[in-house]
Amino acid sequence: MIPDSLIEDVVVQMLRNAVTKLPHDVEDALVRAHATETDEVPRTQLKTILDNIAMAEDAVTPICQDTGVQIFFVKQGAVETGDLVEAIGRGVARATGEVPLRPNTVHPITRANHKDNRGVRMPYINIEPTAEPYLEMTVMPKGAGSENMSQMAMLTPSQGIKGIKQFALDTLVRAGGKPCPPIIIGMGIGGSADISIHIAKEALLRPLGEHHPDPDIAALEKELYEALNEIGIGPMGLGGRTTLLGLAIEYAHCHTASLPVAINIQCWAARRCTARIHPDGRVEYPTHPGGA
Amino acid sequence: MAEHHLTLPLDEATVRGLGLGDTVYFNGTFVTARDEAHIHALEKAEKGEPLPFDLDGAAVFHCGPIMRDLGDGRWEIVAAGPTTSSRMNNLEPKFLRTFNVRAIIGKGGMSRPTVDAMQEMGAVYLAITGGAAVVAARGVSEVKGVHWLEMGMPEAMWVLEGDDFGPMTVAIDAHGNSLFEAIDAEVERNVPSIRQRLGLD
Ligand code: SF4
Repeated sequence: MIPDSLIEDVVVQMLRNAVTKLPHDVEDALVRAHATETDEVPRTQLKTILDNIAMAEDAVTPICQDTGVQIFFVKQGAVETGDLVEAIGRGVARATGEVPLRPNTVHPITRANHKDNRGVRMPYINIEPTAEPYLEMTVMPKGAGSENMSQMAMLTPSQGIKGIKQFALDTLVRAGGKPCPPIIIGMGIGGSADISIHIAKEALLRPLGEHHPDPDIAALEKELYEALNEIGIGPMGLGGRTTLLGLAIEYAHCHTASLPVAINIQCWAARRCTARIHPDGRVEYPTHPGGA
Repeated sequence: MAEHHLTLPLDEATVRGLGLGDTVYFNGTFVTARDEAHIHALEKAEKGEPLPFDLDGAAVFHCGPIMRDLGDGRWEIVAAGPTTSSRMNNLEPKFLRTFNVRAIIGKGGMSRPTVDAMQEMGAVYLAITGGAAVVAARGVSEVKGVHWLEMGMPEAMWVLEGDDFGPMTVAIDAHGNSLFEAIDAEVERNVPSIRQRLGLD
């Protein structure tokens, strides 16, 4: 059995990795974006972002002060665990003090803050059973600036693909510079209202440059990415060529009478960390092979 | 576009001399304020009570930092990027007029009433790269104090000593011009060709 104490320790390390060092695909995309810009204002923005990433990694300090709320995606393989939810919660509380993370999690109405990023249903943990011989956990610390720009719509089936594209364009224009562009757009198409939002967020877990296995969806990803990147919002909304670093779509079959579509926006600080815990206690961090 | 290394507090002539797109760095003392600190400061002014920090000529940073408590009232700055300024849209014009603040530092820009108040009073909006919290923290040599900590770490008013704090971009000048409005207009111009490209017409 994988002991709770190991899970708790791994959660602390995952959060330290996630908030202090971006996955390579994201950093590479930012380097490419900097090379693409010609004007001084967007170049300064991207240069500052790249300097910031380097300094954060050096000092093992959070890249951005908004270390988000902690969303977990757990793939529960064929391994035995104890009180997984409690162990993750304890890891989050410890990481809040040790990394440190900003205590962001509050009661939605009273706004009371427990100061350890724990609360009712928080950290939020998605658990999916798998047949793999290990436990895999991914954490996505999600800042409010980009999350607040998320949208979902219940389109009618007759609005079809045009309605989906229009929704993506409208959502991007409405977001403007607020979600700290360059951004990554996660899109969820189909399912039900809740499923579309859930898979929009899941789409953000896919490394940049990887496309959906379905060629039609992959083509739609490319078409939307290229067209929307002509918008001119630019880094930090101060104008420029790079507004998007990527766009990923997930879909689910849906009711014949509905067409839900959702967009979850991710800022340039696209933080995520995955850990795999094997039954013999070995731990790997595929997103952070060299450690934090 | 020019680069300016300025010393706080600021006077009106210096601020009126800043051009849209210029790069600015600050040396000297400035403060953070988010929604709660804006509201609290305005309430105090209405009651005729003094503020713990003189905002005349000051720079105010829309920021909820991560601070490490070193004990004995000493703090270390860990991360201090800007928060979304538009949340303060309905408070800022009054704030600028009441306290004679000369610079607002933030991200994402502010709406017309703030642009107008800046033109009237002689103030600028400086965009600092969102999320670049470590670069911003490196530009702070000392946390000089904190007021209103009971509002929580992000909402408190932190008093910071800038040491070439920046880079910041002049995104709203003191003459009624906003880079954000210019970008909005450009976005609007770009929408038709994107619609066409996506086959939406
Ligand atoms: S939107 Fe992202 S980069 Fe910007 S402040 Fe929030 S978490 Fe940081």
